[in-house]
Amino acid sequence: MSAVRGRGRAPVAALAGVPEVGVLAGEGLTLWRGTTCLFEELSFVVPPGSCMLIEGPNGAGKTSLLRIIASLTVPECGTITWRGRLFRDEVRAGQVRLAFSGHALALKPELSARANLAFFARLTGMSGQVGAVLERVGLGDCAHLEVRRLSAGQKRRAALARVLLSGAELWLLDEPQTNLDADGREAVAVAIRQHLGQGGTAVVAAHQVLDLAAAPQSRLMLGEA
Amino acid sequence: MAAVVQSSGQDPAAGDSALGPFALFRVVFQRDLQVGLRRWTDASNSALFFILVVTLFPLAVSPKADVLRMLAPGVIWIAALLATLLSLHLLFRADLEDGTLEQLLTLPYPLGWMLLAKTLAHWVMTGVPVIIMAPVLAITYHLPASAVGILTLSLLLGTPTLSLLGSIGAALTSGLRGAGVLLAFIVAPLMLPVLMLGARATDLALAGEDVTGPLYLLGAFLVLAVSLVPVATAGAIRISAD
Repeated sequence: MSAVRGRGRAPVAALAGVPEVGVLAGEGLTLWRGTTCLFEELSFVVPPGSCMLIEGPNGAGKTSLLRIIASLTVPECGTITWRGRLFRDEVRAGQVRLAFSGHALALKPELSARANLAFFARLTGMSGQVGAVLERVGLGDCAHLEVRRLSAGQKRRAALARVLLSGAELWLLDEPQTNLDADGREAVAVAIRQHLGQGGTAVVAAHQVLDLAAAPQSRLMLGEA
Repeated sequence: MAAVVQSSGQDPAAGDSALGPFALFRVVFQRDLQVGLRRWTDASNSALFFILVVTLFPLAVSPKADVLRMLAPGVIWIAALLATLLSLHLLFRADLEDGTLEQLLTLPYPLGWMLLAKTLAHWVMTGVPVIIMAPVLAITYHLPASAVGILTLSLLLGTPTLSLLGSIGAALTSGLRGAGVLLAFIVAPLMLPVLMLGARATDLALAGEDVTGPLYLLGAFLVLAVSLVPVATAGAIRISAD
């Protein structure tokens, strides 16, 4: 089949799944926090339609790396590129959309889960799907409750719903299975697998085993001595 | 074979995502009002503080009508400025702590524009109650009706500028603990021209003179603040969110 690419320098081979060339790449990333060097000259490549799992002990810099990719943190040196162009510029130009889900869930405790998600859905142009996505993450029955009445796991599910409502090609998820029960963890894995199946890309920082089955995935170990 | 149809950015599932600038402004503004009204105790603090300061002066200084009339413009403007300073630390703090700002930063929309919407919502909740209370309190200071009108107009032109200037300091300090006084020291010097012009306009009205000069200048400051402040606030938020 002919894959249509409007832009980018990656050769066509990338689309056939050759892992050397990816949509998302980090090059020469170095990050210091105070007097500690979290990582130095770190490079990675994520092929389209695959997931990169960031692993490592607490404090190894998993969250920091995700924040660097999301352009929330500026590294000491190094660049993040998307199809060969500077990722931050591509995001600002609207060429690529990302969904970031960090430790802070961006939920207002005074508003209902539905009202919280409706705001983000309006920003991403997916207002019509709020109800369906709430059902999908298992919050259909408590969507009308104020978020402060929800359990930690339910809040985490609402954060997953926000990612699903982003319509983004790149998901950046920080410990998405925290506080979730077996059913919720499975919902996260299924959502990621589906996202990858639709050609999306994901970077996930994970402690727990994230079962992506046969979906294409790579691992990045941080904090190795 | 895996069909990777992922051309330049347009995810087929995404629909048309791009909100126009005014729709974006409205969405962010409405959301902040919605959240702010649920936290109305926070918002009402500055109006209550304003009333408190203004009512204390006659008790401590003098209840004589001519003294009060002379004090009124300065007292009401100082109280409005302090009430603004008091509420500013709340402007971005909750959004920074709960991750909302992170989300706004990852969207392909101009950050300064969204922060301008947030600042306007903040002004509606904290500045507008002050402007509504001001004429009532001014009458208790024996201000003539013409001066009350000019006072209200000067507050209407001046307090949005105060909120905007304050948003720079709020963005810079919202990542810090206990930064309330620091915030006041950063932004108060910037607010002085607005304070002086606002009080001066009311003074001139009291003396029956032409007030267009200070009012035009207040308007000019407001236009300048609306156009330049969002750039500075956005830069400061990027630093705070790091």
